[in-house]
Amino acid sequence: MIDRRDFLKGCLACGVTAASIGVAGKNAFAAGSFEGYPDSMGVLVDLTRCVGCRSCEAACNDEQNLPDPDLPFDDKSVFKEQRRTTDKAYTVVNKYEVANKDTLFRKMQCNHCNEPACLTSCFVNAYTKTKEGAVIYNSKVCVGCRNCMIACPFNIPAYSYSSPTNPMVKKCIFCYETRVKNGRPPACVEICPQQVMTFGHRADLIKMGHDRITSNPAKYVDKLYGEKEVGGTSWMYLSSVDFDKVGLDNHMQNEPIISNVKDFLGTVPMVLSIWPALFTGIHLLATKNKGGHGDHDHEEGDEQ
Amino acid sequence: MRAVKRQMIMAVTGAMLMLVSSVCFGSGIPDEITINSIQKYYSGVNFNHAAHINNLKDCGLCHHHTTGAQVSDPNCARCHKNSGAQAVVSCKGCHSATPFTPEALKLQRDQQPPLYHKDQVGLKGAYHLGCVGCHEKMQGPTGCQDCHKRNESGDKIFHSGSYAPKTTDTPKSSHH
Ligand code: SF4
Ligand code: SF4
Repeated sequence: MIDRRDFLKGCLACGVTAASIGVAGKNAFAAGSFEGYPDSMGVLVDLTRCVGCRSCEAACNDEQNLPDPDLPFDDKSVFKEQRRTTDKAYTVVNKYEVANKDTLFRKMQCNHCNEPACLTSCFVNAYTKTKEGAVIYNSKVCVGCRNCMIACPFNIPAYSYSSPTNPMVKKCIFCYETRVKNGRPPACVEICPQQVMTFGHRADLIKMGHDRITSNPAKYVDKLYGEKEVGGTSWMYLSSVDFDKVGLDNHMQNEPIISNVKDFLGTVPMVLSIWPALFTGIHLLATKNKGGHGDHDHEEGDEQ
Repeated sequence: MRAVKRQMIMAVTGAMLMLVSSVCFGSGIPDEITINSIQKYYSGVNFNHAAHINNLKDCGLCHHHTTGAQVSDPNCARCHKNSGAQAVVSCKGCHSATPFTPEALKLQRDQQPPLYHKDQVGLKGAYHLGCVGCHEKMQGPTGCQDCHKRNESGDKIFHSGSYAPKTTDTPKSSHH
């Protein structure tokens, strides 16, 4: 009962917040194809340089005050399987054996999309794209609906269920609060011994990426991954092998994910305004019919 | 009078340049170099310069065009085939220990000529990309602690050594 009441209270509060944010946020997307903020920062990741030392994972854990890992960060046994980001690890390094090529490693984390699907899919507007390019979120607003988890083309947002009544999104925030906001590079970038990651203005990094390919065409495949994918991302990649071989979808659409759901989004403001009423109605019905304990999860799922 | 002055200045500069280059190429080549400008999580490295010179012979492999040796990289050779020895040859003389500060980013952006120097790696990157890259090819040591021992704060951040996670559930150590 408590859970449900909290959830509803949350919905009401969020509906109000979202409705007001919705008005302010509208302009950002009104332009149609949004090329990213002009001063957006970014990171150029050169996969040919990574040696899989996992220092970046260690630095992230420290910087973001994440829980202790199950294994030390110098333990290479983690490479036996493909890992994904979790609420306890905002970045993970995976190993890829590529036929006729050396082993490659790829660090994965949020790519900080120019037009983030997580942001556009979030009906309470928990996400913000900052002018520096970081995609951050307000976990106080998050209701744990997991829309963003499904929407993200890179499978990044994870959930913390440590509090059953308040599950919240957890993901890389580009070290926004502690570093990028103040013009400093993220912790992973700074610790990396191989300078796999180059921090800089996104526009400069695009040039730099192409220059690296041009000056060493035998070394790189002719593609800067993230320049165009899903409308462009702040984190971009260079590789010596097809991106498919290192776990990045090589056929990702160039249009932002928002285009797929534009029709849906058109209905969002209305949904937002009637949402609390809707939930109250369902709640009343459920209480009436089932005498209290309804299947909350199912209810919630149906609405998404 | 002016011309004489200018000549004198040129002569003095020339003499100084010769002095610098003789330091670089004469007995001035250090046999051992302590690499310790960045040692947050690892101890410094006592680098055996002499052994590497004996093994490789080619200064340009690490120092690019700066020692006046023939450059092997064709991209560098475009401009530096005959550019001679430079006053600065040490890694940290060019590669910045803080390559991503707003000032450093601006410097790189405005680099003239805007060619290969623009994408210059930082000091830590220069060391590791150079050392590890070559060690991989020549079967040299490549493990982190093969070259520099991790220190206490390194163990801490890696949750390793005495900071390794316990198998039983213990509360998080309060190092944050
Ligand atoms: S710190 Fe750098 S080299 Fe090490 S695993 Fe991370 S990206 Fe790769
Ligand atoms: S990578 Fe996923 S989580 Fe990160 S900004 Fe893009 S859609 Fe959002």
